[in-house]
Amino acid sequence: MKWPKPKQISARTITVWQRNFSIYKQNWKIASLPPLLEPLLYILAFGVGLSVMVGDLEYGGQKLSYTTFIAPALVSVCIMHNAFFETTYNSFVRMYYQKTFDALLATPLNLEEIILGEMLWAASKSLIAATLMTTVISVCGFFSFPGAFLLLPLAFLGGLLFAASGMICTALVPGIETFNIPIFLGVTPMFLFSGTFFPLQNLPGWAQSLAQLLPLTHLVSLVRGCSLEIWDVGLWLSLLYLLVATLLLLPLAIALMVRRIVV
Amino acid sequence: MAILEVESLHKSYASLNAVDGISFAVQPGECFGLLGPNGAGKTTTIRMLYGYTPRDAGRLSLFGLDIDKDLREIKRRIGICQQEDSLDPDLSVRNNLVGYARYFAIPLQLAERRADELLGFFALQNRAADKISILSGGLKRRLMLARALVNQPELLILDEPTTGLDPQSRQLLWDKLVELKRQGLTILLTTHYMEEAERLCDRLVIVDHGQILVEGNPAALVRERVGHTILEIADPDQDVRDFLSRESCRVEDLGRRLLVYLDDGDELFLKLTREVRAEGCLLRPAGLEDLFLQLTGRDLRE
Repeated sequence: MKWPKPKQISARTITVWQRNFSIYKQNWKIASLPPLLEPLLYILAFGVGLSVMVGDLEYGGQKLSYTTFIAPALVSVCIMHNAFFETTYNSFVRMYYQKTFDALLATPLNLEEIILGEMLWAASKSLIAATLMTTVISVCGFFSFPGAFLLLPLAFLGGLLFAASGMICTALVPGIETFNIPIFLGVTPMFLFSGTFFPLQNLPGWAQSLAQLLPLTHLVSLVRGCSLEIWDVGLWLSLLYLLVATLLLLPLAIALMVRRIVV
Repeated sequence: MAILEVESLHKSYASLNAVDGISFAVQPGECFGLLGPNGAGKTTTIRMLYGYTPRDAGRLSLFGLDIDKDLREIKRRIGICQQEDSLDPDLSVRNNLVGYARYFAIPLQLAERRADELLGFFALQNRAADKISILSGGLKRRLMLARALVNQPELLILDEPTTGLDPQSRQLLWDKLVELKRQGLTILLTTHYMEEAERLCDRLVIVDHGQILVEGNPAALVRERVGHTILEIADPDQDVRDFLSRESCRVEDLGRRLLVYLDDGDELFLKLTREVRAEGCLLRPAGLEDLFLQLTGRDLRE
């Protein structure tokens, strides 16, 4: 396997990002609806329907309403979904059906730049969606500022990590249907068991340890800590996890895609 | 100096030698053809020229630059029209051109001017705002070709540019290519349409099983290897066969059809039609297709 070298990446990488952004701009009205409406639906369902049964809970020494507890998780899940679905289904369609990568390879761009550009775009998509969602949730009064401003860099970092994970799946799946496997084995369990809808402490010990391996667990901790301004030293560890995982998976995703496409 | 130099290029996939020692050079301003049946190694060769497919062995240089060292600079100076449609379905016709120019770091204003020129040249102005999905095959091809010219390349590489097009689209595309050639553009094209090669190519190679079988000017090659004229006889009977066996001429027996290769003159044809039979006899000029079939055989591929 050929690992990407820094000197292979030039400033042209941004043109791949620009391509995707220009198409996003064409569809921005539709693209921005889910992150605006989704939190309202969840807040309505959980805040009005479920929280009456659950009551308040304790998190990081503070008493939180159930809706406040899950609001940061909604943003975290949105970061994961936007990046992961962009580099799985959307990148696969561009690679396999639309031959977009083929067209780009006939220009001065190289494959390493194309793949990196795709992942940077996916992370940007997470950033855009998370910003929209954070705005709605803040208007509803669930987030604290200035802490919640930290969600912007977190959204991009988390976006990159899930973009790389998605791109690795794209490099490995035989066909587009196979994405179901990483989704029901990875994305869905993370959605449920990363401290999103209930505190991890409710889980048995072994499951708690297992959950600590999941990237979304750390993203949720960070997003919740920052947006609710509940600081804890453990957040540094979560940040370290995200940084290290991203730095490992980004080049791995590029190397695997090169292996898939270059024959 | 040659625009493109290919020296003993090799590429194999498992046990298949897709490209097995191909060498040729393309001179400035000429149109060079890479001919061969399906699976002969044409596309693999083309893909190695712009680094899409890594080669196993051999030397490649374009504009005197080595492909291993200066691939980016080389790709900036060539235009590639791939065989498969790779237009961007999310963009309009015009934005396919403008957007593509961005990858060559062409400033937006210049890109827009260039896009409009190309739309004019390929008679696509009226379709500028259209979506790609509603374009016909011929229009898509024209746009693919226009896109390959957006960076004003010094070498245009075309991989089967007219496969699957109707005669009108094909003629139009040929006219445009001839015009580009007249403007001094160097062109490398692959095709398995002999008419296309005869019409466009100054020189060509015929490739099969990854190797070059013959190289030269198409008309000269035909004259040298096939002859001037061919007498085709449909449903030959014994009389015809007896007649031909008495004459000194090269006959290819295809069962229900006989091909007689003739150097010059029509005496044999006249004699045959007068003395034996006229029905089903056709005298026609020898063409590249005769040479192609002679070299690559008549067996069906794939």
